[in-house]
Amino acid sequence: MIRLRQKKIDRRRFLQKTAAFGGALALQATMPAWARSGTHTDLSGLKTLSGTQFDLHVAAARHTIDGEQGRAVLINGQLPAPLLRWREGDELTLNVTNHLKADTSIHWHGILLPFQMDGVPGVTFPGIKPGETFTYEFPLIQAGTYWYHSHSGLQEQLGHYGPIVIEPKSSDPVAYDREYVIVLSDWTFEDPHRVFAKLKKMSDNYNFQQRTVDDFFDDAAEEGFDKALSERLMWGAMRMNPTDIADVTGATYTYLLNGHSPLENWTGLFKPGERVRLRFINAAAMSIFNVRIPGLPMTVVQADGLNVRPVETDEFQIGVAETYDVIVQPEARQAYTLMAESNDRSGFARATLTPELGMVAPVPDLRPRPTLTMKDMAMDHSTMDHSQMTHDGMDHAAMGHDKSSMNKNGTHEHATGPGVVGLAMNPTNRLAERPNGLEDAPHRVLVYTGLKALDRNPDTRNPEREMELHLTSNMERYMWSFDGVKFSEVDGPIVFYKDERLRLTLVNDTMMPHPIHLHGMFFDVVTNEAAKATDPYKPRKHTIVVKPGEKLSVDITADAVGDWAFHCHLLYHMHAGMMRVVSIRDEVAPT
Amino acid sequence: MNRVVISLLVTFIASSVFAQNAADAFYDPAEMAKARAALKSNHGGQLNSLILGERLEYQSNDGNPLSVWEAQGWVGGDIQKLWFKTEGEYEVDEGRFEEAEVQALYSRAISPFWDLQAGIRHDIKPDPSRNYAVIGAQGLAPYWFEFDGQLFMSDEGDLSARLEAEYEFRLTQRLMLQPRLELNGAFSDDEDIGVGSGLSTAAAGLRLRYEITREFAPYIGISWNRTFGKTQDFVRAEGEDSDQVSWVAGVRFWF
Repeated sequence: MIRLRQKKIDRRRFLQKTAAFGGALALQATMPAWARSGTHTDLSGLKTLSGTQFDLHVAAARHTIDGEQGRAVLINGQLPAPLLRWREGDELTLNVTNHLKADTSIHWHGILLPFQMDGVPGVTFPGIKPGETFTYEFPLIQAGTYWYHSHSGLQEQLGHYGPIVIEPKSSDPVAYDREYVIVLSDWTFEDPHRVFAKLKKMSDNYNFQQRTVDDFFDDAAEEGFDKALSERLMWGAMRMNPTDIADVTGATYTYLLNGHSPLENWTGLFKPGERVRLRFINAAAMSIFNVRIPGLPMTVVQADGLNVRPVETDEFQIGVAETYDVIVQPEARQAYTLMAESNDRSGFARATLTPELGMVAPVPDLRPRPTLTMKDMAMDHSTMDHSQMTHDGMDHAAMGHDKSSMNKNGTHEHATGPGVVGLAMNPTNRLAERPNGLEDAPHRVLVYTGLKALDRNPDTRNPEREMELHLTSNMERYMWSFDGVKFSEVDGPIVFYKDERLRLTLVNDTMMPHPIHLHGMFFDVVTNEAAKATDPYKPRKHTIVVKPGEKLSVDITADAVGDWAFHCHLLYHMHAGMMRVVSIRDEVAPT
Repeated sequence: MNRVVISLLVTFIASSVFAQNAADAFYDPAEMAKARAALKSNHGGQLNSLILGERLEYQSNDGNPLSVWEAQGWVGGDIQKLWFKTEGEYEVDEGRFEEAEVQALYSRAISPFWDLQAGIRHDIKPDPSRNYAVIGAQGLAPYWFEFDGQLFMSDEGDLSARLEAEYEFRLTQRLMLQPRLELNGAFSDDEDIGVGSGLSTAAAGLRLRYEITREFAPYIGISWNRTFGKTQDFVRAEGEDSDQVSWVAGVRFWF
């Protein structure tokens, strides 16, 4: 019951371990750990399955990370699960057999398919019972980088996730000589139900980066006593913690890259001058990563499976369940470190890109942990952008505003109750802003407004209807919900009508970024409020990170009839109730 | 007539349920209904629990050492919980319980940071034992002060009150300094158990704990305990000190 061991790999321990590792295994030191194990069939360390017929077996397993064994739920015994290589236009048959004692499921994340094949127990099918084989069948009408994972219980935390690459039917607009799939995830030796229970008991128990009395005196010396005190009092008055960046941290997580710890150092080879395509997938349960390759610029060519106009950057944040494809072109004959820091800087996943095995590059220090600001509380009036508060270019009268969330004065009425610490008094559109902790990074950082769809949006109609949904929480009780109502308490689905064009506005009243995922459809991110009616190249995504204190909109064409899950992709937030069902009815929207 | 209405209603409800759950058209509706119920309870409807041993400590008590405990726990959802509390003192040298109290409360979250609690308290010690009806509020005040205030009505008809307040200074990520204050007062005398009206006892403590894990933290500290007014008279009549400073050492744990 009492755990004396901390699973945090700090830099010092990391270096010590690396040194010991190198010494003890000097003869084999030129080979990375995964290459020596001999269990992987290709250089990326990911077993690949391709074709149109697949047999996937979900089973309990023991899995070893850094020499320690833990309980896992794996597909075909792999972590991550096998890379599925599909081809656009193919008809797939996937037989999924459940060898567990509990129900399981596979959800095909980002794949457009008939809803009854989407794999969410209790929404789209009954789930896969122990001993049962369920056959998924669907045609592929898209290409790109996606992934698949369990939608049952907390199995995702135990390794039940894998990558998908769909080759386009026509030629790929992205040219590359070599590609690697980079699956980022988080691993814990604790039972995930125990992790959730601990969050319910003491919600800050994994946070070992809180502000101390020392920090107060440091701040007082730097900014003056009065300012430091008034800042502490402000947070104290609200009973909010500015270091609450991630709920579950490196205190229990080992961050993995293609299933390998930083120590195991997954390694990808390149020939200098090659265009290397890296397909990033954030398959973590709870961890948002900031990704960079010091010395190597990255050109983002795809987001959430759909091509974007190439945009060069030095760092990008990848929310849970998002995918980004980047092209890198290393010219020098040197190794590069791929660094994926968790957004609270409590740990990292790491890989090496190198022209030959055995070469490594320095691993940068973890940068200082960020804190939340007034803006994250949506209380910073200086940044209020009034132009974004008006619905310019929209026919106000024709839009079915969700009146409940707006009162006569145009100010927001919050859901109230024990589950809601309402904060966003003045939420702003933050799509053009860098993510928390990267504001001052001395290099380029990708922002959502930097993404432009490569292909013209299939539907450029103005929305006929607008809905507003608040992301709500009480961190102290570890309660997470939409509009203050947990999924367990919710009465019926959110109803869309077939083929209607609607605008979904998300307001984040919480102090955390939430990767919000809609199943079954892409949504068009309204990145340019002023040009929204005329911009036919909005980036289209299946998951979007809504920053603290942010109000953003996405436009949806409700073309996929059926019931779909809609939720925060932070696993324990969803488990706590931050979820809804969106039901697209085969009916005409009532006027 | 009624039967017609009912059958129409049943048909209407059945068809609307069908329309509401698209998957029922593809899978056994009974299986889907089970899966939906499981989905609901697994996304916000879970039961949780906590056992928190706040103070399990030894107090020097000026040569008459005491073992002191204060623990609480709950089982329930986010809003409604069954809450248990217990505290007491054991005189080590004399091998007897000085005080031993248990409470069983229904707790309801009434705001983001506050729970309203009501239930019963039973004092096994001192003699004669007493039963009380309890009403109280427990929660987190602005600036991170933890409060627990309770009103007690005994089966003898005596009204009393207790207030506990705690704060935590985080010295490092694992080292916490916790000031703690407890006040007890009564609105009437209950001479049999040595309580006089007015402020009866106060305890002020300062505890320094080291969280080896978040769940397990040994501590050392100092506690000043004092009685007032008529209660002080009762205590002195028994030949005990009314004013004590103790060194304390103990553990705090939760699971």
